[in-house]
Amino acid sequence: MKKTCTVNIRPLTRVEGHGNIRIKIRNGKLQEAEWSVVETPRFFEAILKGKKWDNAPWITGRICGICSIGHTLASIRAVENAFGIVPDEQTRKLRLLLKHMETLQSHTLHLCFLVLPDFMNTGSVFPLIKSHGDVVLRAAKIKKLANDVCDCVGGRRLHPTRTVVGGFTMLPEKRQLHEFSERLKEITEDLMLLSGLIREFSLPDFERETEFVSLKGENDYPFIGGDLVSSDGVHMKEHDYKKMTNEYMVKQSTSKWCRLSRGSFAVGALARLNNNFDFLHPAAREVAESFDLKPVTHNPFMNNIAQLVECVHVVKESVSLIDELLDSEFGEPRQEVRPRKGVGVAAVEVPRGILYHCYRFDDKGNITKCDCVIPTGQNHANIQHDLEALAREYASKGKDDRELELLAAMLVRAYDPCISCSVH
Amino acid sequence: MAESRTRTYLGVPLYRPRVAFFEFSSCEGCQLQILNNESTLLDFLSLVEVVNFREAMTERSEDYEIAFVEGSITTEEEIKRLKKIRKNAKTLAAMGSCACFGGVNQLKNRFRNPASAKREVYGSHPVDSGPVRAVEDVVGVDLRIYGCPISKDEVEKIVLHIAIGKSIVVPKYPVCMECKRNENICLFEFGEPCLGPVTRAGCDSWCPSNRAGCWGCRGPAEDVNLRQMRKIMEENGFSEETIIDRLECFGGFLSLMKPERGRHG
Repeated sequence: MKKTCTVNIRPLTRVEGHGNIRIKIRNGKLQEAEWSVVETPRFFEAILKGKKWDNAPWITGRICGICSIGHTLASIRAVENAFGIVPDEQTRKLRLLLKHMETLQSHTLHLCFLVLPDFMNTGSVFPLIKSHGDVVLRAAKIKKLANDVCDCVGGRRLHPTRTVVGGFTMLPEKRQLHEFSERLKEITEDLMLLSGLIREFSLPDFERETEFVSLKGENDYPFIGGDLVSSDGVHMKEHDYKKMTNEYMVKQSTSKWCRLSRGSFAVGALARLNNNFDFLHPAAREVAESFDLKPVTHNPFMNNIAQLVECVHVVKESVSLIDELLDSEFGEPRQEVRPRKGVGVAAVEVPRGILYHCYRFDDKGNITKCDCVIPTGQNHANIQHDLEALAREYASKGKDDRELELLAAMLVRAYDPCISCSVH
Repeated sequence: MAESRTRTYLGVPLYRPRVAFFEFSSCEGCQLQILNNESTLLDFLSLVEVVNFREAMTERSEDYEIAFVEGSITTEEEIKRLKKIRKNAKTLAAMGSCACFGGVNQLKNRFRNPASAKREVYGSHPVDSGPVRAVEDVVGVDLRIYGCPISKDEVEKIVLHIAIGKSIVVPKYPVCMECKRNENICLFEFGEPCLGPVTRAGCDSWCPSNRAGCWGCRGPAEDVNLRQMRKIMEENGFSEETIIDRLECFGGFLSLMKPERGRHG
């Protein structure tokens, strides 16, 4: 049995952005376990200073290439909250549909293109095209549908164009929505087949108790705006986000870290599900229960399953949203914007967890202060603590380097980190 | 290797280049655009041999012919890494606005005092970050793929052309030409500012077709008349500030508008 082991992953692959893992075990004792973030900062919060309000969604959407729609919607909500704009029903529904399709696109990318290779013993999805063509094609079909809806409703699958403060520059045609509804109904079967496949994998059996932070559902599974809640019993208003995140700097990371009631907390699909399980669509709840996933689950690897559950939820809810949109008369795509002095905060659940944007405006609508708190930034401390606990647990068991390396990589990957986003 | 010899395109034996993807300071969205073309992704992947793509694969090789480089360059470490890639690659393609012009990241450069951006975000915490530079400010670039994000169809066409040895032609005319061809109502009619008259085409007027004015992410078309464009924008009631916001957003127009930079302390 090998009791001395070194893991040095520089940089971690199949995640967005640059992060390194280092673990050192000597004679069965953990000497070091570090998750470090080496991504270069881009200074978005400084860039926006002095810029007019309409730059905010356009520029901050570029913080992230995977969840640009989430950033754009958070940015828009923060500006609207500052200017006292309340989106109408039509805009709210279209935004939620767009949000859902980004979630579906992002979760599918993560589960099928980034995580799946770990369970199939390959380094990437590319060899799976030959060996498991059916799975890859199904995943591509789901992702394509989600992206097609984003193109249509948001004006582009990445860095959307139609989403603006006050509403949309233009609306989708009803016949397009109708077609999407049919395709959405069809892919439920693909999702079920995927979950059948994933059920065959055994996820690492690892638990570490932590705090989960998310939006708090009132009547629905929450995505855009509302109160903030933690599994340790903290409950706050959206505009108090700073007290919920408590950012601080650490040496090992160019991203800020966060904490709340304990040393670290987690955000993301698992956090949302742990805090809002009762609001899941019955079909999604059924999938969760088939994986024995129920609140409060403390195994971080189960975030993968929580993402799968959310895929089912957003597909089901999108079908209903489209039905409601098709039954309504479309009104004006956008309302007028009157800038005013003030502060606006937005909390939006993006694929990797709760995202906050906050802007302060002068009376001309120019930005005097900008702050963005990113989901992966909130997860870094939790990843670090998990990594230490995992390494410590395996130190005494005597795993070989390769085994521990794979486990550690899979642990960080389970968080679906968006590292360049967290540094922004 | 055997496979690369047997593949043909229109009866012509296909050359299957070894390609690598690299990212520097960026959102990594351009790389994702490559995975985002689900309907043609498998065909695309059969055209090339991907040997290095950190965001999607664990294996990596330093033996590649074409390097696609995304992102702007902001640290010494990035410069070192980029120079190594330049050495390894026969063809280096700058992919996206960040790589071509610095992208939105270069907006940081407009602060007179470089330390102020650092202070704004990190306080006194030390962070390594210099001025934002385009890839061609550091190493030679053979090919530019414009856009924020890149158009997935365009990048596939470029790779196909490399594989079949066809020359790559980027439009010299502005976005307006494509916008007219798409029969869009001019955005000025909607009171929306737009850089379509001066921005390089090739995006098929994506933003104006979605009724969003152009922000110039593909940089200037050839022989643009920036002065006339500004005059038209002013006549349409757009403020100087709005015009500059658009022109400086992605960095492509910087060389044409130097005096306006550095407005912020």
